[in-house]
Amino acid sequence: MQDFAGAFAEAFRLIAAFDASLAEIVALSLQVSLSATLCAALVGLPLGALIAIADFRGRSLLILLINALMGLPPVVVGLVVYLMLSNAGPMGGFGLLYSPAAMIIAQTVLVTPIVAALARQTLEDLRDEYDEQLRALGVGPLRAVPTLIWDGRFSLVTACLAGFGRAAAEVGAVIIVGGNIDHVTRVMTTAIALETSKGDLALALGLGFVLLTIAFLINAMVMGLRATAARSAYA
Amino acid sequence: MPEDGAAVLPLRGEDLVFERGGRRLLDGIGIEIDGAGTLVLIGPNGAGKSLLVRVLAGLVAPTGGRVTWAGRAPDRRRAPRIGFVFQRPVLLRRSALANVEYALAVAAVSRAERAKRAQEALERANLAHLAHAPARVLSGGEQQLLSIARALVTGPQVLVLDEPTSNLDPAATAAIERLIGEVRAEGVRVVLISHDLGQVRRLADEVVFVHHGRILERTPRAAFLAQPTSAEAQAFMRGEIVL
Repeated sequence: MQDFAGAFAEAFRLIAAFDASLAEIVALSLQVSLSATLCAALVGLPLGALIAIADFRGRSLLILLINALMGLPPVVVGLVVYLMLSNAGPMGGFGLLYSPAAMIIAQTVLVTPIVAALARQTLEDLRDEYDEQLRALGVGPLRAVPTLIWDGRFSLVTACLAGFGRAAAEVGAVIIVGGNIDHVTRVMTTAIALETSKGDLALALGLGFVLLTIAFLINAMVMGLRATAARSAYA
Repeated sequence: MPEDGAAVLPLRGEDLVFERGGRRLLDGIGIEIDGAGTLVLIGPNGAGKSLLVRVLAGLVAPTGGRVTWAGRAPDRRRAPRIGFVFQRPVLLRRSALANVEYALAVAAVSRAERAKRAQEALERANLAHLAHAPARVLSGGEQQLLSIARALVTGPQVLVLDEPTSNLDPAATAAIERLIGEVRAEGVRVVLISHDLGQVRRLADEVVFVHHGRILERTPRAAFLAQPTSAEAQAFMRGEIVL
């Protein structure tokens, strides 16, 4: 009990003192997860829009697949990306394994289905609502896409935030492709796992608090966005 | 105003059939809408009135028969020349002004001209003071007026309104009827679906009675109100339940 209290006190001291090693890990975590979310948004939003608007053979199967991929186990993603990036893999020549780039790739694979699936649902609901009206105005499918994306922007940002939350919290993929190398690929989740196994609870708890704070802020942003959208009747 | 090549009148449906789930919802309807004035479609619920105007406006493809606008098949380029107002207004998640500007943008009106024309359209609908309000927080009547303003801003030849005043209070209904009367006087062909016989008296030049996917009669207003020709329309006018 005494150790626990001591660990908590030390954790708060590290945060309050803006400890350099803790700050470095937090910065790398944010860099990796934000980059992955951006990449996932660049792929997932147009993909979701395309599936929401276009009618094509195999559409239902694709929706089923993307929805299923939302629950991808991070360790499986890590393993697949590891195989792709390892020397024997098809992308081995790029030498990306055990680098932040590899972690971004793994998290992008993990987050893209989440962004695509949520975007698809949002835009499909909006399309159902707008469809007749847009056609009555003479709007074709190509023009409908930017209209739906703009009008669904609050929900789409929420989808991206959900993706960021998933990226920031996962450990399985980044530890496999990043290797948890100090000062190179160590992020909050991998550091927590390592420090806990070493018994250094102070740093693990400190990082845990930062992670929880980020999760809290993300949820606060989502709630704020929804409230803003509802207030403006843009929801 | 759009050039003559964008004309949609006469609006014609030939032998229109629409079937779904084994049910024939439009049963060989032939109709031509041309000239000026207000044509009011009445009939019991499920008669096929809304479906008929959607088919004529090119929003729903018929199972059989064909629709022509000014002798040609419907096309997206001429769609803004048929202003369509739905029973429940569908407004974009934008300001009232931006909703009207959007219709102008789709009709390829220059950016410089859009704001001016949109503002004029809102003034005409008595909505200028709400130009920058989010469209979806407006009252039901204001939303419907905005929907009409948006439909009119592109200079349509035909204005189709699908029960635009159902669920609205008398003041909102009066505002909408005033606007319909104005555009009719300007030569816009008005096609209105209504269940309100008072509205038929106030607005109609001609009455079309639709029942079970068929047009049973098309009669000038005075003659229809005096004595409809079909037995079903006579029963409808007597307030009987027409099945």
